[in-house]
Amino acid sequence: MERTAVRRRLSWQVATVAEVRRETATASTIVLDVPDWPGHLAGQHLDVRLTADDGYRASRSYSIASAWTGTSSTIELTVEQVPDGEVSPYLVGVLKPGDPLELRGPVGGWFVWKPEQEGPVQLIGGGSGIVPLRAMLQAHTASTTPVRLLYSVRRPESVIYVDDLKHLASADNVHVSLVYTREAPPGEPRVGRIDAEVIDRLAFKPTDDPTTYVCGPTPFVETVADLLVAAGHNPDRIRTERFGPTGG
Amino acid sequence: MGIVSPGFTGRRRSAEELPPGQYLTHDFPVLSAGPTPQVRTEHWEFTVTTESGAKHKWDWAALMALPSEEVTKDIHCVTRWSKLQTEWQGVSLDTLLADVETGADFALVSSYGGYTTNLPLDDLLDGQAWIAYEYEGEPIHSEHGGPARLLVPHLYFWKSAKWVRGLTLSDTEDFGFWETAGYHEYGDPWKEQRYAGD
Repeated sequence: MERTAVRRRLSWQVATVAEVRRETATASTIVLDVPDWPGHLAGQHLDVRLTADDGYRASRSYSIASAWTGTSSTIELTVEQVPDGEVSPYLVGVLKPGDPLELRGPVGGWFVWKPEQEGPVQLIGGGSGIVPLRAMLQAHTASTTPVRLLYSVRRPESVIYVDDLKHLASADNVHVSLVYTREAPPGEPRVGRIDAEVIDRLAFKPTDDPTTYVCGPTPFVETVADLLVAAGHNPDRIRTERFGPTGG
Repeated sequence: MGIVSPGFTGRRRSAEELPPGQYLTHDFPVLSAGPTPQVRTEHWEFTVTTESGAKHKWDWAALMALPSEEVTKDIHCVTRWSKLQTEWQGVSLDTLLADVETGADFALVSSYGGYTTNLPLDDLLDGQAWIAYEYEGEPIHSEHGGPARLLVPHLYFWKSAKWVRGLTLSDTEDFGFWETAGYHEYGDPWKEQRYAGD
């Protein structure tokens, strides 16, 4: 392991909410204007800090939902409301356009995809685990690398980024598959979790040597990563991001 | 910088004392960067390599033969959860390093699966760190780092490397996996040292 050349201090900065877009019954995308945003890689996250009028503070980390274009000062977060959460209900239900929001980032240099990376990309998301994968898909729009997304949701209404995914999937080198665990739309006979058969049918093969990104709740990530390893995928090529049940 | 988040009231903490920015959990969340390595105890080995290149090795039976300690500690994850009064059994690093001759200042911890993390050697000594193999009276589950993980509870929990396989002692500070990715080189939760420069 080597030292990084620059150890930049992450300072808090004030973003302004430009838009709050409802994605599902429990998730919203928050569009933020961040004038001094230093840029980020697809897959990185940031910290959000809320302050009550008596000075009480609470912070949480959220994946960045959008790719960095290099010119715009806009970034997006998509937040799934956690029942009994402290921060997420505020972000999803209270925050409105024009409000300030303190944040700092970007953070994380492992669960990232860079356009110059070679080889196919396998994305596997469960629930709101789609968020950093969506940033990767956005970052990929100018790339010729083949990408497959396997997205596990409970039911059709749970799909985040419905229109966006349709649009992204129209590219020749992007393949999007949805897996429904509770209820499928008409015409989709399979209801059930991702299993070895789904991996075999819809994911890149180990011989394709993809870089694989798995994101979702811990049991989802554990199961999928184990299935991939059992199917012969190199564990060193599988990157995971686990959303704990206590994300708040 | 002092802004107020309009309409945010927040949930005030219970009386329990947590490091700044942490919240209490009763679960045991899992955080790791890749698939969970399945390490069998018959293949397990722990190696300490000193700055002169000398190697000290223990296999599972040798670890089990060493005196162990039961410790109850609060643990704090940089992702903001804290868990209080967790119970572990393991071998103190004081025991493992008793016969290791070194003047090194730093240790790079390495794990099965390729994970690494760095910390000052002093933070592994004087009753501050263990190679733990039981959690709450049971063998540590592989997703929580079994068969054996490092336990350094006074630092953020990413320093408590899962699936630990060795220490490399050195006069220079070499950054580990998360430290290279922008996390703090030391990681004191009470000083909220989450990221580089904090």
